[in-house]
Amino acid sequence: MNPLRRSLLQFAALAAAGWLKTSQAVAAAWNAAGFEAKATAEVLKSLGASGAAESSDIAITAPDIAENGAVVPIEVVSRIPNTQAISIIAEKNPFPLAATMQFANGAEPYAYVRIKMGQTAHVRAIVQAGGKFFTATREVKITIGGCG
Amino acid sequence: MAEPMKIRARLKGDIADIRVLVAHPMETGQRKNAGGALVPMHFIKHVLVTHKGNVVYDAQWSQAVSRNPVFAVRVKGAKAGDKVVVTWTDNKDDKRTDEAVIVAA
Amino acid sequence: MIRNVGRVAAMATVLAITLCPALAQDKAGNGLAVGRQMLAEDNPGELWVERGRRLFHEKRGPRNASLEQCDLGEGPGVVKGVFAHLPRYFADTGKVQDLESRLLTCMVQLQGFKREDIIRTRFGTLDRNSDLEALVSYIGAASNGMRMNVRLKHAQERDMYKAGEYLFYRRTGPLDFACVTCHGDSGKRIRLQELPNMTRAEELREIIPTGWPAYRGTHSTVRTMQHRLYDCFWQMRLPDLGYASDLSVALTTYLYHSANGGVINLPGVRR
Repeated sequence: MNPLRRSLLQFAALAAAGWLKTSQAVAAAWNAAGFEAKATAEVLKSLGASGAAESSDIAITAPDIAENGAVVPIEVVSRIPNTQAISIIAEKNPFPLAATMQFANGAEPYAYVRIKMGQTAHVRAIVQAGGKFFTATREVKITIGGCG
Repeated sequence: MAEPMKIRARLKGDIADIRVLVAHPMETGQRKNAGGALVPMHFIKHVLVTHKGNVVYDAQWSQAVSRNPVFAVRVKGAKAGDKVVVTWTDNKDDKRTDEAVIVAA
Repeated sequence: MIRNVGRVAAMATVLAITLCPALAQDKAGNGLAVGRQMLAEDNPGELWVERGRRLFHEKRGPRNASLEQCDLGEGPGVVKGVFAHLPRYFADTGKVQDLESRLLTCMVQLQGFKREDIIRTRFGTLDRNSDLEALVSYIGAASNGMRMNVRLKHAQERDMYKAGEYLFYRRTGPLDFACVTCHGDSGKRIRLQELPNMTRAEELREIIPTGWPAYRGTHSTVRTMQHRLYDCFWQMRLPDLGYASDLSVALTTYLYHSANGGVINLPGVRR
């Protein structure tokens, strides 16, 4: 069973039980192993995406140069059929995995979120589609006040 | 008490572009306050978005998401007037739910 | 010793140019444009507008009063159009006031806050929000779509304008800087930040009514015109600019009047 479906079922069960508390419904789904991993390879392992194939059907839009590493807008669009989830990884962050978005019920395979980046690095997108994993990267240069 | 989110849900064709602004400190646990003490980690772990009662988006975040987070979701097959509900939950179990109605662009 | 410092500085400059040729050459636009556009599209400053709206109408302070009796120039409680006409002369205080100076008056007189308490918390930090930054966001946004129209009808308003113009061009302080030193030519920048040429009315009409107040990304909060001026004074190594001081109101009167005709769209977004 995929994680989104599992968390939805938990959510529904709790709602039915009449004591809906979102945090409990979703806590089980939070990928602690991935978010606490310090290297991209460990993150990929936590997602089950170690063998992810490079794909040109993943479009990452992000600044070439970000003036403020505390707020780096990242947009990922997947053109891979049956995209279920997109993860965003800032490879040189102390904890590279920034976010995982799961889609259902008509949501477009589109992720947009602003993240913190400690330094110039590749931003890696991981797409889960039909039980397989695909990946693409884009470099973002971080200046914080110029090249000093 | 958490501040309300600002949700803008606009229809472009049959796709709703849902853009959300959240007031949250998203503390990484590495910042020191003015007194020199480390500010404990405090960040949103989970975001759930429903459209007409169905979950369309289920996100897990780390402390790497920016302070005062901004995120967006796009939903196909949406109509003007449809209700969108957004809920976030943070690592202190604080949470906030707000809703919006999709409007024609 | 001094020669060494000079040599190090010169080397640093050369290094910066060698290491960042692309950055040094471009107009600080190309590689930055996508990020700036993406950040401008969704403005967290709107959260400050909403908080400001709540603060304005909520009963607060020792007198348990809202700001609904606060006259910002258009009548008690009116926020629409206020930003277009400030700074202006207020008969009750006998002074020309900008938005922040006038809010201070209302918060002290109507709500009973202590002036020094408000001033101490005038600028938000990562640990504490500023009520003023929220109120200014709400009131600024209430004039969106209108045009700047500072009228200078009262003699004191005209005096403030003249004082502001004088101060804008007056070199002073340890660096012998004036506002015009950084803001008198086109194409100047500090690191990657282009500096607006404030001797050009068309540039002022564009930048003044679209920030400040603006959400300042690197500060994670909305900053106001008073903060902008305070920071410029710091960068010029001048003594701290007094919040809502006559000096600050004079500069604001000069710049805002010079931006008349520009369309208001607040809060803005800045790096």
